[in-house]
Amino acid sequence: MHLIGELSAVLATALFIFALYWMNDPKTARHGVIAGVVGMTVAVVATWIQPEIIHHGWVVGAIAAGFVVGVPLSRVPLTAVPQRTALSHAFGGLAAGLVGTAEYFLWRSGSATAEMTHFRMSALAAEVILGFLTFTGSLMAAGKLQEVRWIPQRPVTYPGQNFVNIGVLAAAVALGVAVALHPGAPWAEQAFLAIAVLALIFGVLLIIPIGGADMPTVISILNAYAGLSAVAMGFVLDSKLLVTAGALDGSSGLILSIIMCRAMNRSFTNVLFGAFGKAQPALAAGEQKPWKQETVEGAAQLLEQARNVVIIPGYGMAVAQAQHKVRELYDALTKRGVTVKFAIHPVAGRMPGHMNVLLAEANIPYSALVEMDEINPEMPQTDVALVLGANDVVNPAARYNKGTPIYGMPIIDADKAKTVLAVKRSKNPGFAGIDNELYVQDNTWMLFGDAKAVLGELVKQFGGGGIH
Amino acid sequence: MSDFGSMLFVFVLATFIGLGVIRRVSRLLYTPLMSLTNAISAIAVVGSIVVAGADHPLAIRILGAVALFASMTNIVSGFMITDRMLKMFKKQ
Repeated sequence: MHLIGELSAVLATALFIFALYWMNDPKTARHGVIAGVVGMTVAVVATWIQPEIIHHGWVVGAIAAGFVVGVPLSRVPLTAVPQRTALSHAFGGLAAGLVGTAEYFLWRSGSATAEMTHFRMSALAAEVILGFLTFTGSLMAAGKLQEVRWIPQRPVTYPGQNFVNIGVLAAAVALGVAVALHPGAPWAEQAFLAIAVLALIFGVLLIIPIGGADMPTVISILNAYAGLSAVAMGFVLDSKLLVTAGALDGSSGLILSIIMCRAMNRSFTNVLFGAFGKAQPALAAGEQKPWKQETVEGAAQLLEQARNVVIIPGYGMAVAQAQHKVRELYDALTKRGVTVKFAIHPVAGRMPGHMNVLLAEANIPYSALVEMDEINPEMPQTDVALVLGANDVVNPAARYNKGTPIYGMPIIDADKAKTVLAVKRSKNPGFAGIDNELYVQDNTWMLFGDAKAVLGELVKQFGGGGIH
Repeated sequence: MSDFGSMLFVFVLATFIGLGVIRRVSRLLYTPLMSLTNAISAIAVVGSIVVAGADHPLAIRILGAVALFASMTNIVSGFMITDRMLKMFKKQ
C-alpha cells in the first residue's frame, strides 16, 4: 500500500514537470494540461484508497462542491482572467491555512501520530502565515480587479503605513518562532490562533496601497506565496509530492515576479511598500503643448497608405472589449497588403501575458504578437504606430525624466515611429496619473473615444466604399 | 520518519528544476502558465483528503472539507481555463 503511494507520487511529480516543460511552445502546450490532469488524478486516487480514509461522503461532497464552483469559474470572460487567477491564489492559500490549522489542533488533541519537532512546527507556522496572508491578500487583489464597490481601486496610503504592515508581519513571525520553540506550551494554542489572525490582517494591509498598474507584479508575487504555502504544507505532511509541486508553482511565481519587476524597473520591496500612483511631481512645469486631433477618415487613410503598422495594445483595449474590433482592423489592413504586428509590453494589462490571451481569443495569430525587445529595433522603420489603450508603457518620459514614477521603465518606442496614432478614452492622464508627452509629439495624432467605438468607425472606413 | 534533510534536499532540487523549466516557457503563454501552475499546486488536495476523510473530530473534518473544496475548485477551474486559453493560440 505504501509502495503504491510512493510510486504514484513519483509518477505525478514527473507528469507535472512535463506539463510545465510542454508550455515552452504553444504547439505542445495542450499536452501539458493532459499531463497535469493525469498526474492530479493519480495523486488523488492514491490518497483516497488509503485505508485511513473512511468518511467517503465528506470527500465526495467536497469534491462535488469544487466542481460546482470550479466549472463556472473556468468560463469567465478572458478580460476577467486576472481576478479569477487572484481568486484561485486565494483558494490555494485558504486550503494551506486550513490544513495547517487542522494539523496543529490534531496534534494538540493527541490524535496525530507524527511527532511535533521544532522543524515541523516551524513549517506549520510558515504554512499558516503564508496560507492566510495569501488568502486575504489575493481576495483583496481580486476585489480590486473586479472593481467591487467597497474595495478602493486607488492605492490607499497613510502615514506610517509601512511601519504598521511590517509590524503586523513581524508580530506574526515572532509568535511563530515562539510556538515553534514551545509547541506544547499552555499558551501556544492562543498564540497559534493569533498567528492566523495576524496573517489574515497582513494580507489585507499588504494589498490596500497597491494600484491597478502594479497588479501584474502583485499577482505574480501572490502566486509565489501560494506555491510556498504548499511547500510548507509538504514539509508538515512529510509529502515530497507536495513539496515538489509547490516548488514548481513557487518558482513560476518568482520568475514571473522578476520579469514583471524588471519590466517596470522596480524592485519587489518598491512594489509592495512604495505605493505607486502617489501624487506625482509636476511634469508639466512648462506650458502644456496642445493635442492634435485626427478624424477617423484621416486615420484610416494614414493606415491604408502605410506599409507596416504596429499596434500597441494596453489595458484600455481590454476595458473597452475592443479585441474583436482589433481583429477586424487587422484583417482589413492585412488584406490591403499592410504588414500588421502587435507590440506586447510585459506589463500591459492586469496580469502577465494578459494581452496575448485577449488577442489570441480574437483569433489573431500568435506569430503577429511580438515582444517589446524584438519590436523596438523595428520601430524607426514603422510607418504607423497605433496606440490602443496603452499609456505608461509608451511614455517617453520613462527614458529621461527622473521626476516621474515610471523613470527607467523600459518602454515600447512608439514615439520613434514615423507617425503615431493614439486612441484614448478621455483627455485625463492614465492610471498612474502621469502626463504622457507622446500625445503632444509633432508626429502624434489623437483619436478620442472608446477604443471599441473608434475601431468600429475605422473598420467601417475600410468596409463599404469609403476608401478603396 | 520526518527526515528534515531529505525534504529540504527535494525542495532545493525541485526549485532548480522549476526555475529551469519555467524560464523556457513561451512568453506568449504566461497567463495560461499561471493557471496551470495554480492547478498543479492544488495538489494540496492530498492533504485535505486526509484531514477531511480520516477518523478525526467533526471540527477538524469541517476544516478539511473546506480546504478540499478550495483545492478542488482550483484543480477544476485551473485545468479547464488553461485548456480553454491554449486552444485559442493559433499559428495562422
